[in-house]
Amino acid sequence: MSKSATNKANPWLCRFAVLTAFVTFLLIGLGGLVTSHGAGMSVPDWPNTYGYNMFAFPISKWVGGIFYEHTHRLLASAVGLLTTILAVWLWLKDTRPWMKWLGVAAFLGVIAQGVLGGLRVTLHRDSLGVFHATLAQLFFILVCAIALFTSRFWAELSAVRMNFFVSRGLRTLVLVTTMLIFIQLVIAATMRHQHAGLAISDFPLAYGKIWPDTGATAVAGYNTRRVSVTEEAPVTAFQIKLQMWHRVVALAIFILVAACAWRAWRRLGGNDSLAKLAVFWLALIFAQVALGAATIWTNKAADVATAHVMVGALSLVTGALWCLIGFGRSASAIPDAQTFGVFGVQTSMMANK
Amino acid sequence: MFLLVAALAAVSTVRGADIAGVVTFKGTPPAEREIAPLMDNPDCAAMYKTTPTTHFYVVGPKGELADVVVSLKDVTGKSTGAEAPPVVVDQKGCLYTPTILAVQTGQKIIVKNSDNCVHNVHSKPTADGNEEHNDVQMPGGADLTYTFAKPEPFLKFQCDVHPWMFAWVSVIDSPYFCVSDKDGKFVIKNVPPGKYTVQAAHRKLGAQIQEVEVKDTDVTVNFTFEAK
Repeated sequence: MSKSATNKANPWLCRFAVLTAFVTFLLIGLGGLVTSHGAGMSVPDWPNTYGYNMFAFPISKWVGGIFYEHTHRLLASAVGLLTTILAVWLWLKDTRPWMKWLGVAAFLGVIAQGVLGGLRVTLHRDSLGVFHATLAQLFFILVCAIALFTSRFWAELSAVRMNFFVSRGLRTLVLVTTMLIFIQLVIAATMRHQHAGLAISDFPLAYGKIWPDTGATAVAGYNTRRVSVTEEAPVTAFQIKLQMWHRVVALAIFILVAACAWRAWRRLGGNDSLAKLAVFWLALIFAQVALGAATIWTNKAADVATAHVMVGALSLVTGALWCLIGFGRSASAIPDAQTFGVFGVQTSMMANK
Repeated sequence: MFLLVAALAAVSTVRGADIAGVVTFKGTPPAEREIAPLMDNPDCAAMYKTTPTTHFYVVGPKGELADVVVSLKDVTGKSTGAEAPPVVVDQKGCLYTPTILAVQTGQKIIVKNSDNCVHNVHSKPTADGNEEHNDVQMPGGADLTYTFAKPEPFLKFQCDVHPWMFAWVSVIDSPYFCVSDKDGKFVIKNVPPGKYTVQAAHRKLGAQIQEVEVKDTDVTVNFTFEAK
């Protein structure tokens, strides 16, 4: 990011963006609860709720699956309102043209997300749920990025003496890892919106093997033995393979994030904000792996599965913010960086003085 | 007198024979689970003293297997569903009753709500030509009626308000089917003479077939499912 692209910090705008991001995060969690409880279609109409104006739907009728779906809609409306205010605020007060358009993009994004959620109900399309879940993640990144770009931290990023140049190799590694996490979340959204319960009921093995048999006879046997309270459909070979790929990609992400944290720590030093962020990222991935295992061991308990969704969203946005900051500290963005040297702990120590 | 005899003979020819038998299960079925979320819902829990369980495998003491849809495979275009009496499904105690049923294409399915809470009746067909519905049914609300035009095994009905509530409806394009009772018994009535493939389908255990020939007397065919 060039120096000219920075802006004088606007603390209240930044705080408002952070608030929008936080409520969006809660909304992702509530959306996760809707899917985890199989409640996505418990309110058959949209934008009304059981014939009522959504905001006038009596609290006494918020029961069973309706509670999750209806509160999801109300919180989504709140995010829509916050995003609209944020977009208008950016348009009026932010001096950077690209930030104004980022606000417009957020506004259009929240509208698209709301319509997508509504169509998923009215068109009876489970597959739209995958796009709804994916767009939610992208929207979360966008709002968090706006919060970053309006922060004092970002405004000061071009003050060269406070930062160290981040090598291209490290930036690329983090970018690739973040993209892999996004792919992982798309796989996860596809799994969840198949509404088939747990495709594989054991972990770390899969039906007692490292790689399960997905032949027709074996799959028929798995279905015979599956007894689930909220089971909706028999599991298929495709779903089993999808969950296996989810596990494989999870392992790859774990290794890559560990590599990112190690390289960031080594090259930038332990006091560097990006090194700390990378370590936090690794901690998130640890938690995410544990929650993934717990999701299986608890037979997909709704709260555990939802926590897995939320930590997944945090993992993605952490990688995305790291990329934005990292690219903001690239050699081209920090013309004077070379004067501090570009590699290694020694350089970091110099600049920390 | 001659006309009477001729008429009786004609009726006799049309009636055909019955295909009857027993479905049994060999082995130990997987343990059913308690429907714990039901007891977390005050409206539903009020109707129970103990937690109800799933009933995927309704097996009698001698292995008699209920809820198996037995039908004549590949017999299509014979539906009399439009004239057949409707089949009733009730929502009672926050569960569907019955859970497994079979209807003809075009036959009416009437869904009732005997509970004091709202349900949404959400049918989720997978066959082209069968329409998905998601309708609200308030307590004491009017019955809902559905028909399906295309044959489809185990078409799912569910309530998303209470996500443990499921019913599976097999839609068959002929009147030649039966769902095995708690004794595992089934009777497919009035089958015209001919060679048929009889299929027994259980939602969890899959399907089996047997070839039979119907002449002028009833035919017996039994099925045995095993734990896989």
